[in-house]
Amino acid sequence: MIARRSLLAGSAAAAVIAPRVRAQGAKPRIKLGVLNDMSGPYRDTGGPLSITCVQQAVQDFGDHGFAVDVINADHGNKPDQGASIARRWYDEDGVDVILDVPTSSVALAVSTVTKEKNKVNLNSGAGTVDLTGSQCNPNTIQWTYDVYMLAKSTGGAMVKSGGDSWFFVTADYVFGQQLASEGAKFVKAAGGKVLGETRYPFPATNDFSSFLLQAQTSGAKVLGLANAGADTINCIKQAAEFGLTQRMKLAALLMFISDVNGLGLQTAQGLTLTESFYWDLNDRTRAFSARLKQKAPDVRADMDQAGCYSAALHYLKAVADMGVANAKANGAAVVARMKAMPTDDDAFGKGSVREDGRGMFPAYLFEVKSPAESQAPWDYYKLIATTPAGEAYRPLAEGGCPLVHT
Amino acid sequence: MFGFSKEQGIAFLLLLILVVVCPFVLYPVFLMNVLCFALLACAFNLLIGYVGLMSFGHAAYFGMGAYVCAYAAKVWGLTPEVCVLLGGITGGLLGVVFGWLAIRRQGIYFAMITLALAQMNYFFCLQAPFTHGEDGIQQVPRGALFGIFSLANDRAMYVFIAVLFLFFFLLIHRIVHSPFGQVLKAIRENEPRATSLGYRTDDYKLIAFILSCFIAGIAGGAKALVFGIATLTDVNFETSGEIVLMTLVGGMGTIFGPGVGALVLKGMENYLAGIGSWVTVVQGCIFVVCVLAFRRGIIGEIGARLKLVL
Amino acid sequence: MFMIFGYPVALLFGQLLLGLINGAFYALLSLGLAIIFGMLNIINFAHGALFMVGAFVAWMLQNYLGLDYWWALILSPLIVGAFAVVLEKTVICRLYRIDHLYGLLLTFGLALILEGLFRNEYGSSGLPYRIPQALSGGANLGFMFMPLYRGWVVLVAVVTCLAVWLVIEKTSIGAKLRAATENPGLVQAFGVNVPRMITLTYAAGVALAAFAGVLAAPIYSVNPNMGSNLIIVVFAVVVIGGMGSILGSIVTGFGLGVAEGLTKVFYPQASATVIFVVMVIVLLARPAGLFGKAA
Repeated sequence: MIARRSLLAGSAAAAVIAPRVRAQGAKPRIKLGVLNDMSGPYRDTGGPLSITCVQQAVQDFGDHGFAVDVINADHGNKPDQGASIARRWYDEDGVDVILDVPTSSVALAVSTVTKEKNKVNLNSGAGTVDLTGSQCNPNTIQWTYDVYMLAKSTGGAMVKSGGDSWFFVTADYVFGQQLASEGAKFVKAAGGKVLGETRYPFPATNDFSSFLLQAQTSGAKVLGLANAGADTINCIKQAAEFGLTQRMKLAALLMFISDVNGLGLQTAQGLTLTESFYWDLNDRTRAFSARLKQKAPDVRADMDQAGCYSAALHYLKAVADMGVANAKANGAAVVARMKAMPTDDDAFGKGSVREDGRGMFPAYLFEVKSPAESQAPWDYYKLIATTPAGEAYRPLAEGGCPLVHT
Repeated sequence: MFGFSKEQGIAFLLLLILVVVCPFVLYPVFLMNVLCFALLACAFNLLIGYVGLMSFGHAAYFGMGAYVCAYAAKVWGLTPEVCVLLGGITGGLLGVVFGWLAIRRQGIYFAMITLALAQMNYFFCLQAPFTHGEDGIQQVPRGALFGIFSLANDRAMYVFIAVLFLFFFLLIHRIVHSPFGQVLKAIRENEPRATSLGYRTDDYKLIAFILSCFIAGIAGGAKALVFGIATLTDVNFETSGEIVLMTLVGGMGTIFGPGVGALVLKGMENYLAGIGSWVTVVQGCIFVVCVLAFRRGIIGEIGARLKLVL
Repeated sequence: MFMIFGYPVALLFGQLLLGLINGAFYALLSLGLAIIFGMLNIINFAHGALFMVGAFVAWMLQNYLGLDYWWALILSPLIVGAFAVVLEKTVICRLYRIDHLYGLLLTFGLALILEGLFRNEYGSSGLPYRIPQALSGGANLGFMFMPLYRGWVVLVAVVTCLAVWLVIEKTSIGAKLRAATENPGLVQAFGVNVPRMITLTYAAGVALAAFAGVLAAPIYSVNPNMGSNLIIVVFAVVVIGGMGSILGSIVTGFGLGVAEGLTKVFYPQASATVIFVVMVIVLLARPAGLFGKAA
């Protein structure tokens, strides 16, 4: 145990046990840690398939003279648990980069630890805009989506198609509140109005009928769901049950393909939602999904999981570019290199990373197909609109990220 | 000294050696976590082991201690020893209110009322603006002890936490062996008789409850400083369950049991992270096995084998 | 529109009705808890988990065996009840001679195991369960659109609660049960098989939970956490109603459902807390609960 600690602490001790390392193969190692929800409400949107995606990235990357390990842990959606695992991974287990990290609160905590230890954090699962705003740091990239992009794409599109009065049902915690307030901004900017909002206790609510009833009484045309995962599924089911869907249009501001699968097309048909990845989008995504299918035949990746693939692949390219020793020594330098290099992979196509750590990829607005339109298993979406990468995210100047002006 | 018997003195010496040696061998952050929870379990044990009251809501005092300590350190910029003390006082004050309500009933009723009160506290923490809801209070600085010694280094922090733990550990032991503690034990064994001997048992129970909550608040404050974060997890009902489990595994009513229980459970959490989502199943199995076959806990069993009170 | 306290009256009526529906679940669950507590003196912490298992069994019957909702309504309580018999015979029966607190701890452990197992097997984003064809659709009551299924839930819950109450208060089985609660030794001496009675009581209480689980399956998604979200509220209901009081748990269950529903109109954030506030007030005024006998 002592020897292992010293190995991490200083190079002097490393020389002592170097022969043992050589006996195992002289290749330097990079260690990727996937930290996400393996047992809670966000297991299906990230969870095991995120790990598979990272492993797929390692496989697709191939051998560049260094070995890559992938480990994972469950943060249970608890910021303190996430932060202490991150701390241990960096201090004790030699992890170089932490990926995925859904749940905004955990993401912020892990990002803080990552900066303290000068490692790399590639977030794909969390939505808070603070990661690239007031709390941005040189060690973190938010790869996939954020509440601004969701609100702009889904909210904006709904107003354009005539849904100009809104009522929000909001999960009463930071992610939900941010999602609702960003959504309200876009509704107002497009000339619509917000007639009301009701916030329900999170995570202790599983009957939404009374909140839905309030939405109905308000007379709004659109019901905005500012929540995620199991809550969204419940809201949509109950809205259908109470006949809301006949009078109001539903806008699930954050929804993944696994949620659609959970709801079933019968209930989910006609919903509009935003993802930055869909397995059946183009030839490259189909090729990626075909490869992934060999590892996980029964499911399809959503944007969170595909984002883990894309981020891991780009990270490995940057490491190969600058050398393993340099990469392990300085996390901020790796992130800087990742920002300097354009990204290109089968899942997200060509893109880039902005200086505040925002991954820049197009946002796709989808409509969920009806059971009659769906030809095959997981044939769920039809593409309605695409927001180009340059317009999908909050403008650099508005975020207030300290990295931007220095 | 402190009312230790010879064997307990030896065991305490062993504990002392472990506390000193461990940080050179094991990961200090992990050890600090163990010490914080060991202190919390000791506070809980003061109630269950010596008064016979099972609080199923000790996370409330622990978590509120953590929140107030974190807030004091981050927003008011107070020094760590003051922050931790404030955490303890918060726990104690909450204990005054909740205890006053709960000690009207005994046994299972007491357990359920403390649980419900803790749940109320949880919703308060979820709503109150200063706790930042689901995010918790993050980026809490460890600060400098007495404004002089920086605790940013893990080893330095460890010394602070270890001293804190040992101080309160001895304090609890002293309380248990004081005349006050004897009355508590009398209440546990036979409350009507204690009443008929002229003791106002409710007052004694309330004081013990407040003391336990105060120490739980101290443990919470210390934990918040170690990890730089105070969150809803700390006030959650699962944390309350975990505290009970630690004490049960280690041995209720033993001096060293709660600490051992904390070490076992936190060790499992730390070193068996690979089992991921099976953690709750494993915890559940431990509960069942302990209750069915192992009610005295690890230290209790060892003590019974060796015919010692540990 | 007619207003009360600045809220449209339609909204208030709607919320009252919804509160009643939630209350139906509180009542069914706390009824089972009360029966078990009265007979076994055990707080069945696993009650919420068994409610969840009931819903999952309904889902499994549909997906693996093709049996519909109506079959599930009968079979699921039987299956989960049989499981409860096994549980009582192997594990819980060992608790009667020791402190009641251990019962709480053991069933807490059981709840953790059950929830963990289902979470590992089925994930936790929820599995869909359809409303049966005969009960889909709804009626426009003027002030709100009332789904037929919700009305059905209230109806079934009220009938079930009444039936259980009648069995316990008015039949000879119920009389024996109540007698055994007071003095098991004496009842045993009269030739009643008390251990079997205890087993069956536990199974019946659990079957009620499973029954509630099946009722809940089409409303909430079938989800490993669905029980743990409810159980603490139900505990509060039992404490308020008076531990072990059958009538208390029924009345309190429905009453608190309504109170919660109204809170959702005036101050939605507090809707999860209001029950605990009521609990504190009741405990201050009547420590034994509304319907409980003083200990």
